[in-house]
Amino acid sequence: MIHSLFLINHTGDIFLEKHWKSVISRSVCDYFFEAKEKAVDPENVPPVLQTPHHYLITIYRGKLFFLSVIQTEVPPLFVIEFLHRVADTFQDYFGECSEVIIKDNVVTVYELLEEMLDNGFPLATESNVLKEMIRPPTILRSVVNTLTGSSNVGDTLPTGQLSNIPWRRAGVKYTNNEAYFDVIEEIDAILDKSGTTVFAEIQGVIEACVRLTGMPDLTLSFMNPRLLDDVSFHPCVRFKRWESERVLSFIPPDGNFTLMTYHVSSQNLVAIPVYVKQNISFFETGNCGRLDITIGPKQTMGKTVEGLMVTVHMPKAVLSTNLTASQGNYTYDLATKVLVWDVGKLNPQKLPNLRGSLSMQAGAPKPEENPSLNIDLKIQQLAISGLKVSRLDMYGEKYKPFKGVKYVTKAGKFQVRT
Amino acid sequence: MSVYIHSHMDPASDVHDDLKEMLDSNKDSLKLEAMKRIVAMIARGKNASDLFPAVVKNVACKNIEVKKLVYVYLVRYAEEQQDLALLSISTFQRGLKDPNQLIRASALRVLSSIRVTIIVPIMMLAIKEAASDMSPYVRKTAAHAIPKLYSLDPEQKDQLIEVIEKLLADKTTLVAGSVVMAFEEVCPERIDLIHKNYRKLCNLLIDVEEWGQVVIINMLTRYARTQFLNPNINEGGGGEKTFYGSDEEEDEDEEEKEKKPYVMDPDHRLLLRNTKPLLQSRNAAVVMAVAQLYFHLAPKAEVGVIAKALVRLLRSHRFTQFTYLFSHLYVSQGMFEPYLKSFYIRSTDPTQIKVLKLEVLTNLANETNISTILREFQTYIKSMDKDFVAATIQAIGRCATNIGEVRDTCLNGLVQLLSNRDELVVAESVVVIKKLLQMQPEKHSDIIKHMAKLTDNIQVPMARASILWLIGEYCEHVPKIAPDVLRKMAKSFTNEEDIVKLQIINLAAKLYLTNSKQTKLLTQYVLNLAKYDQNYDIRDRARFIRQLIVPTEKSGALSKYAKKLFLALKPAPVLESPFKDRDHFQLGSLSHLLNAKAGGYQELPDWPEAAPDPLRAQRGGEGVCAGTFDLCFPFSSEQSSEEEERKHERKSKPRKSDSESESDEEEESESESSQSESEDSESEAEVKKKKKVMIHRKRNRYRKKPYGAAESKPPSKPVKTESKKEKKEMSLLDLDDCEFFSSLALKNYELLHRITGEGLSVEYCFSRQPFSPDGNMVAVQMQFTNNATSDTKNLHMEDVKLQSGMRVKEFPEIELLPAGETATAVMGIDFCDSTQAANFQLCTHTRKFFVSIQPPVGELMRPVFLTENEFKKEQGQLMGMNEITERLTLDVKCRNEHAIVQRVTTAANLSRVPCGSDKECRFAGKTVTSGSLVLVTVATKEEGAAQLTVNCEKMVIGTMLVKDILLALTQ
Repeated sequence: MIHSLFLINHTGDIFLEKHWKSVISRSVCDYFFEAKEKAVDPENVPPVLQTPHHYLITIYRGKLFFLSVIQTEVPPLFVIEFLHRVADTFQDYFGECSEVIIKDNVVTVYELLEEMLDNGFPLATESNVLKEMIRPPTILRSVVNTLTGSSNVGDTLPTGQLSNIPWRRAGVKYTNNEAYFDVIEEIDAILDKSGTTVFAEIQGVIEACVRLTGMPDLTLSFMNPRLLDDVSFHPCVRFKRWESERVLSFIPPDGNFTLMTYHVSSQNLVAIPVYVKQNISFFETGNCGRLDITIGPKQTMGKTVEGLMVTVHMPKAVLSTNLTASQGNYTYDLATKVLVWDVGKLNPQKLPNLRGSLSMQAGAPKPEENPSLNIDLKIQQLAISGLKVSRLDMYGEKYKPFKGVKYVTKAGKFQVRT
Repeated sequence: MSVYIHSHMDPASDVHDDLKEMLDSNKDSLKLEAMKRIVAMIARGKNASDLFPAVVKNVACKNIEVKKLVYVYLVRYAEEQQDLALLSISTFQRGLKDPNQLIRASALRVLSSIRVTIIVPIMMLAIKEAASDMSPYVRKTAAHAIPKLYSLDPEQKDQLIEVIEKLLADKTTLVAGSVVMAFEEVCPERIDLIHKNYRKLCNLLIDVEEWGQVVIINMLTRYARTQFLNPNINEGGGGEKTFYGSDEEEDEDEEEKEKKPYVMDPDHRLLLRNTKPLLQSRNAAVVMAVAQLYFHLAPKAEVGVIAKALVRLLRSHRFTQFTYLFSHLYVSQGMFEPYLKSFYIRSTDPTQIKVLKLEVLTNLANETNISTILREFQTYIKSMDKDFVAATIQAIGRCATNIGEVRDTCLNGLVQLLSNRDELVVAESVVVIKKLLQMQPEKHSDIIKHMAKLTDNIQVPMARASILWLIGEYCEHVPKIAPDVLRKMAKSFTNEEDIVKLQIINLAAKLYLTNSKQTKLLTQYVLNLAKYDQNYDIRDRARFIRQLIVPTEKSGALSKYAKKLFLALKPAPVLESPFKDRDHFQLGSLSHLLNAKAGGYQELPDWPEAAPDPLRAQRGGEGVCAGTFDLCFPFSSEQSSEEEERKHERKSKPRKSDSESESDEEEESESESSQSESEDSESEAEVKKKKKVMIHRKRNRYRKKPYGAAESKPPSKPVKTESKKEKKEMSLLDLDDCEFFSSLALKNYELLHRITGEGLSVEYCFSRQPFSPDGNMVAVQMQFTNNATSDTKNLHMEDVKLQSGMRVKEFPEIELLPAGETATAVMGIDFCDSTQAANFQLCTHTRKFFVSIQPPVGELMRPVFLTENEFKKEQGQLMGMNEITERLTLDVKCRNEHAIVQRVTTAANLSRVPCGSDKECRFAGKTVTSGSLVLVTVATKEEGAAQLTVNCEKMVIGTMLVKDILLALTQ
């Protein structure tokens, strides 16, 4: 399975290595550097590389490469998924997953890696179990640690792995018992020039934050579960109950976790919250072009569209822009040729508009294609698919928990072709 | 003491002196600080081996934090400092006896990680002991230690296999994944060890941790390939290969009649059924593992279930998407068609992904969707990413070759691209057009002419060369233009690139042969130019061609054949995917991805010719498969609900057998005692206890005798009463388990009474499941019961009489229905949105019965999901003639929302539309054949008064639906 792991930063320095079997020289990474050089963009580095004696499987997360060395056959997705889990764990422990943070917490990181794999095979990857063995750093604790000289290793031995429910530790206690669920939906869409939907679907996720004493058994039911076309669950969810009754029945992990992700298929009509009227044109002569974008509400279900933002990747020939925005600010990055218009809240009475001229490099031919617009937006208190949580019941514990559900709709990969 | 040590150290390690001092101090905090710095050094890849003596002393340190870090150090450096490492062994040996299971486990873990050959016997002993430890966690660690010891000393294999065998029998989920991992690394060839544990592994699977699931599923895929028969055997040889066959579907029925029907081994079915829920896992690796299992093991009709899950992976992490795309290219045909749009490309995708998505789109293209795909391709061609544009043009070329109907359209499109301003685009188009034209040159001489004109403008050598080749090859189709092109080329010959020069020579030679009158001089001129070219390749070619085509006295026999040599008919090139030819590897494996066998790759065996039957008897464990059903029919609802129930029971079991686990969250009332150890055959006691379950089982048990000895059912029981009882029992069961009766009970209709049917009775219901072979058909689930005393054979349908436009997909023939048994089958009927009956004959080997199925109007639709706004919008468009409104008084029992929803959805296959007001219930559906919207609104008022509104473009449907719903709500 996984033989070694190297963490490599953006510039190509190996700043951490960990071996689960015999040590493999870091020169093995040279093959990777070669591929990286060739790919130019880090996103384009092939995730699986073959070298004479090893295979290198890499993920790119937070400007870091997680490079694992494999010697024998193993499903590549297994390794990739695991590496992502490692990155997720770092994120969970330290709040972010960056070179500085990893270097600052190198001992904790090393201990985590030690626990997560044994002989290259995943051992403990559940954050609850890990947190019992290795405590995440907090400001308070790091102060205490420097004073007393103790570290992050738990001094009592964990019990988590021994329970039936590996994702939940025993003996959880809270004074305020609360369970919050965030239903977050993202609209992935491609609209064509005329504004008709080429493709649209909704990706939803239910993020939970559960702080409940003891071993609560929760049941979350929906008003309209048949809406969900495809679902995937946290291992805690009892699949049988979902199959038969369309309710989520589970013993929750302690703290934050992703309860389920779902998909509302493109077969159903997906409500598109905004429409975009755009006119981008480049002239044959005069080395200039014109841009005019107006955004208005379409199917917002009576809610306000916030955080509206338009990103345009301009053709290389566009040198500068001279635009006026009726609302919000715009910036044009000369190096990356990215125009960002931060609109903010969408006011249906006074539609935001951005217009003006684009000046082009002299002599450059007129660009073939108009750049497409990427839209970002947010609508609070609305799940655009219409999904509604009807109730949350708790069994197994006597107290009354505080419950809450929040809905948010965001734009995912929302692109308007022009 | 520290002072003495550093005196004999070399200067390079002086920097570590302070660390040694700290390690030697008696303060834990100093030791800890030192260890932290050392571990940080290791992490950075700095050498800290000289500290070994100082560190190893602390292995027995009381402080748990220091100890942990010392372990980290030890595992890293023990291999290099074997002698010193031995000093620590006794500490671990002590640890192995510790009362705390975690200390035992961690001692074993570190001990087995120290790669020092001398301690092999100690490790072996430790593993053996730990394998029978009462803590499952320690046993798990033992399983992990097995491959470590094996890699250290392969001689120990036999002893290790014994341990593996023991651990395989372990019933805890914690151990299962790890021991299978050990099995795969140490003795993957010992498939016989799995027999006994097969069913247990299948049943534990859902509760095993994610990583273990992947390993187990992969192993079971291999196992199943050696133990079961190919489920697609009746579909004309070779499982996966025919999977791609697209028109296979139609012939299926006929073939099945001819051949002996295939009956799936219940254990095979068990595996498929138990892995299916894992398609819903959050872990991409698990989903992929299940997908490959289905791909390699499932009957082809069922493989489709993986498509949805795989498309989900596509949307997750970017890298996941990348690798996975690669591997699923070969699954892509057909199955992914409904998800076509998920592969549409965004301008922000990285080039690699764009190209892969393009590949998928190209593979998915067929006659029906090609126009959509081409329209989509058209947008891609305008992209700024030129590599991607080039790939798109190639994709268009491939679509054009694969789908004859659009060849001309594609060609025209590509010809238009020839006037594109970007040279790369033009060049790529020329190359693709050249390939396309080669297929039917005679029809396209105007395109060749057009391309000839392009030689004036196009500068890309490859494109110029392609054009010249094309003109040369088909010079007979453009007799006037060709010499002129040669003339122009001769003029610019010296400035051309080498490949262009070579093609000019070719063109000259071909023209010389066909039209020597006009071109003789030109050819001579070109050959003369070539003779003095700098490139020897060109000089050679010129000399060769001159000898061949220009008749001289000395010219040999070859020149007679010059025309044949140059103008031989060349086969059209096959435009094919660059990702071809890797389907012999297990899907989703590293080898599959790289298209090269990786070390340790286990070949996926071919299906056996005949099932190794005797082995099946060994497959013991949880006594799963006692109930055998007709597994050919996946829709049989009783069977699955029953299975679910049993699975549910079993699920709780391993946990309970685990002595350490106290908190058990299962809220089942099932008594534990029923799950005693002797489960290979179901005990008599168990049968009694689960009488209600048994009733189901008996009904389904036909065709095969069960493993368990418990039942010998009298064959002739009054089935009518039994099935009534059955219905009642169903409702007593925990609703969890009735998978297919999820939201509402389906109404059963009688097709054939047992008296008219001379013992054969048939009931049918509209299962409301999509009928997979044809989306426009309504699925009808039929249940055959043989109440006679003799067996019924060859149950099939014949002589279907239908109104025009209606179609029927017959259910597969049931070879044998033994006396007293029941079978289910699914057929599809396209009613053309009418309530006309479908008449046909139901035939057995002796008799024929005329029967007919008439659908209630409510079954002619399928639910669609609309939002409130969409509903209102759609309703607004279906006013006037299309709207029917009725006032009614609700039945007393039906005055709450829940009851209304219940009754309406029972009466018609509609789905609920979310609604802000609680006074209104809305439902929406589409008719199955034409897809016309059906909108139903029930608005309630005071005292049970209500108003029913149906909006539907098809007025007949609307009127009938109003009647039916009215009836449902008022009675």
